[in-house]
Amino acid sequence: MAEAPAGDAVTSLGPILLFSAFVVATCGLVYELLAGTLASYLLGDSVTQFSTVIGTYLFAMGMGAWLSRGVKRNELAVFIRVEILIAAVGGGSAALLFLLFDRVADFRLPLYGLVLLIGTLVGLEVPLLMRLLKDRLEFGDLVSKVLTFDYIGALAASLLFPLVLVPQLGLIRTGFLFGLANVAVALGLLLMLPARARLRGELAAGIIVAAALVAGFFGAERLQKLAEVAAYQAPVIYAASTPYQRIVLTKAGDDLRLYLNGNMQFSSRDEYRYHEALVHPALGRVARPAHVLVLGGGDGLALREILKHPGVEAITLVDLDPAMTRLFGRSAMLTPLNQGALTDRRVHVVNADAFVWLRANRRQYDAVVVDFPDPTNFSVGKLYTLSLYRELARAIAPDGIAVVQSTSPLVAPRAYWTVAATLEAAGLVTRAYHANVPSFGEWGFILAAHRPIGDAVRLPPGLRFLTAHTQAAMYDFPTDMARRPVEVNRLDNQVLVRAFDAEWSRFEG
Amino acid sequence: MVAVRGVTGFDLDRRGVMIGAGALALAGCAEGAIPGTLAGADMARGHLLRTPFGDAAPAETRRTGIAILGGGIAGLAAAWTLAEAGYRDFRLLELEDRSGGNARSGRNAISAYPLGAHYLPVPNAEAVGVRHLLDRLGIITGWQGGKPVFDPYQLVSDPDERLLRLGRWQEGLVPSVALAKGDRAQIDGFFAAMAAFRDMKGRDGRPAFAIPMELSARDPELLALDGQSWTAWLDAHGYTCADLRAHIRYVCRDEYGTEPGDVSAWTGVHYFAGRRGDAAGDGDAVLSWPGGNGHLAEAMAARVAGHIDTGHVVGAVNATGAGVVIDALDARSRRRVRIIADAAVVANASVDRLPAGPGAALAWDNVSATSNSLGYVVATHQGLASVGGPSVLTWYLPLSELPPAKARALLQARPLADWQRIVHDDLVMMNPDLAGAISRIDVWRWGHAMVRPVPGFMWGSQRQAAARFVPPLFAAHSDLSGVSIFEEAHYRGTLAAEAAMRHAGFAHHSLLAA
Repeated sequence: MAEAPAGDAVTSLGPILLFSAFVVATCGLVYELLAGTLASYLLGDSVTQFSTVIGTYLFAMGMGAWLSRGVKRNELAVFIRVEILIAAVGGGSAALLFLLFDRVADFRLPLYGLVLLIGTLVGLEVPLLMRLLKDRLEFGDLVSKVLTFDYIGALAASLLFPLVLVPQLGLIRTGFLFGLANVAVALGLLLMLPARARLRGELAAGIIVAAALVAGFFGAERLQKLAEVAAYQAPVIYAASTPYQRIVLTKAGDDLRLYLNGNMQFSSRDEYRYHEALVHPALGRVARPAHVLVLGGGDGLALREILKHPGVEAITLVDLDPAMTRLFGRSAMLTPLNQGALTDRRVHVVNADAFVWLRANRRQYDAVVVDFPDPTNFSVGKLYTLSLYRELARAIAPDGIAVVQSTSPLVAPRAYWTVAATLEAAGLVTRAYHANVPSFGEWGFILAAHRPIGDAVRLPPGLRFLTAHTQAAMYDFPTDMARRPVEVNRLDNQVLVRAFDAEWSRFEG
Repeated sequence: MVAVRGVTGFDLDRRGVMIGAGALALAGCAEGAIPGTLAGADMARGHLLRTPFGDAAPAETRRTGIAILGGGIAGLAAAWTLAEAGYRDFRLLELEDRSGGNARSGRNAISAYPLGAHYLPVPNAEAVGVRHLLDRLGIITGWQGGKPVFDPYQLVSDPDERLLRLGRWQEGLVPSVALAKGDRAQIDGFFAAMAAFRDMKGRDGRPAFAIPMELSARDPELLALDGQSWTAWLDAHGYTCADLRAHIRYVCRDEYGTEPGDVSAWTGVHYFAGRRGDAAGDGDAVLSWPGGNGHLAEAMAARVAGHIDTGHVVGAVNATGAGVVIDALDARSRRRVRIIADAAVVANASVDRLPAGPGAALAWDNVSATSNSLGYVVATHQGLASVGGPSVLTWYLPLSELPPAKARALLQARPLADWQRIVHDDLVMMNPDLAGAISRIDVWRWGHAMVRPVPGFMWGSQRQAAARFVPPLFAAHSDLSGVSIFEEAHYRGTLAAEAAMRHAGFAHHSLLAA
């Protein structure tokens, strides 16, 4: 580090130091707002999050102010160092917290650690500034001016943050931008020092931090992708990694959404459309659906619909992830959605891999509801192969029926009809239909049975979507979704995953 | 020490035992940071072969109609053939503690995994014996229009192969992306030429390149390819592009454990032109199991379980007027150095999570264009679980760049920790996401992994003389085919067993008859 600058150099910096007070105050408040917003976004319960973040932050500022007494000389050099540090830590805080969210056991640890660190550094700023200006201004004037700029800066931040920054730049970019403002103060001061008093080490550090912040600002999009939670449209109210998948719940108003590995599974606004369309065309065709099998569907929403049929005596639900069935079986926020179906005495939950379970199964069921995730990868793709459908065929009673959720016939017609062709190759008779689920789009299902599938369907009372009339219209396929020739999906060719990927990536651009 | 003196035996697998087909599992000790064991080819057991058994009277004398020496695939196929024919009076003497030879498998808490051979392509129509075996084992589930239907659970699931090249994974092992125009034309030209060889028939009506190789056409211009090295043939035909040659080198090291310059052009073409997989579905498919071909070896061994004597070292085989006298002991033996031999290392790395990487998704067989290893196969690939958990990656490295003697010396000298570091670094180089996920590396050394089909070996007099039966001794080993693959070992074993039964006057139906 270079020698401390001479006193007269400091005196000449008066106006820029006062302007720094404004910048520093704006940045300080922005970091506080970033932490508060992030905490309520990722952890939910915004009142608690904002209160605790603000409290911690103010307390840390107090610590910073107290620590400032330990600075005996070289106030300008220390101030510049503090600015560079705040630029690095505060500027990168949003990006860092997003990246850490799903990688640490307890998110609150890094969150409050960062809040304490930034608060302490910010707390150092104003006392140092005042001491730097003490020889230039009379005490009353000094306090008045510094605090005026400080509070104006705070107002600027609190207005800019919700109105401009978050909507235009997003949280990660906002952080980097204000980090740049902090480092600009440091660099500005450094450049205005007379050449003999230059602090070379500080200058180098400042330039490196500035470069990193610029890179971060422009690379924010990639960072955002790395930080999956930043991709959700609404505040995350629950997130957990199980050995099998990542479960995320978001909530905006009355719209509760479930994401598995980043793929939306339902939106509480229109899931009834999906689940009524999934369950009733199949169950309504069985004279007495006493024994029902559900593969997948750990959210219990399909169960809720199945239980509306009076003849149902026993339902076996096979879902891979115990964390899913536990969450949807117990959480007070979620059980109203599935009406406690997972804990119904007629429901037997098995946590197993559906393919392995089905291969070992020797029972037959009157109705089978197959509600697997979309075939986005080769592992899930196995659940849509000829081999699985042969096992499925064994599990369907002679007069029974199965239904398979099979992606969108509009977006991915080849993938959709591959499911039908594969079910048929397993010796089953199929019947295809589709329904509109706004949050998914036009969605497709396929019925499969040992005998021809007729038109007659008995719908239970109390449905919100299906009527006899709408139900009957679901079997009509317009030209753009019409059946086309496709290959059978086998374990050793996995044509479905390839078709699905090609069609959806074209759709999503 | 127990000596077994069998009278009226037949040496079915002379080379396999006299020269040693197998390797001894030595329980290694865990060293270094990564847990694991070092096992494989050990020369200690064979030291006993150096000292004659002496004149001491054998502790025990057993009589048997047919003795099979060596329990690799050839020996097991011979035993299976005898059992199928209803011939009961036979013993199989195996040097190792477990039969299976190169096709043995290992197992840990996560999965079974291969120690050597790890797959069997859908066999050609002419591989009658193998098809019979697969039918009996239920791997062929039925027949449609004369073509076998294979159990889909035992065919390798898609995606089957991927190659790491230019920093990205691509599907398939032949370089297919970011190729110069001329290179692409050369690669296409090469595969078209190989397809022409594949469809070619000799003047005798046989396929130009058959599996088993013994059934190939004998046209002199085809056999002449055996006199030339594969490299020389490729150069002469202008197949010089680096990406193509890298692929061909990979294939040679994978299939023959050797460099393209050390195999004959006939053998080189045979790899690309010999396969005409015959199936009701996809004939290019491959069969595999978590334990690799250990699955087949175990199924064959189970059929003849009561006839196998493991841990028996055959010291002397003497044909007498009455038959054959075999001196064997159950202690440790030493292999004699092979004339044609190579060395390889197979490592099994237990991983907490499956690797991914940019580009094509994880496949069964994963190869890097820049690594000297043959890449890795995923033992749990055939599992049905839809979510990847811990797995075992089987990693292969042929020591093809060293002369055989040096390679074997290196095998003996290099400590476990060094092998583990090599395996670890290679895996992490291919898949940086595996860093920290490798919990254990078990290393298996093969002093002799595969026969090395040097120019002139396939159709030269030496191999053909060795393959000739000299009753009452009937040699059977995949080395007699010059190619160390399951179908060849199986063919040799079956052929020898049937010749032995004919010699013994035992009526049977041939498993090799179409």
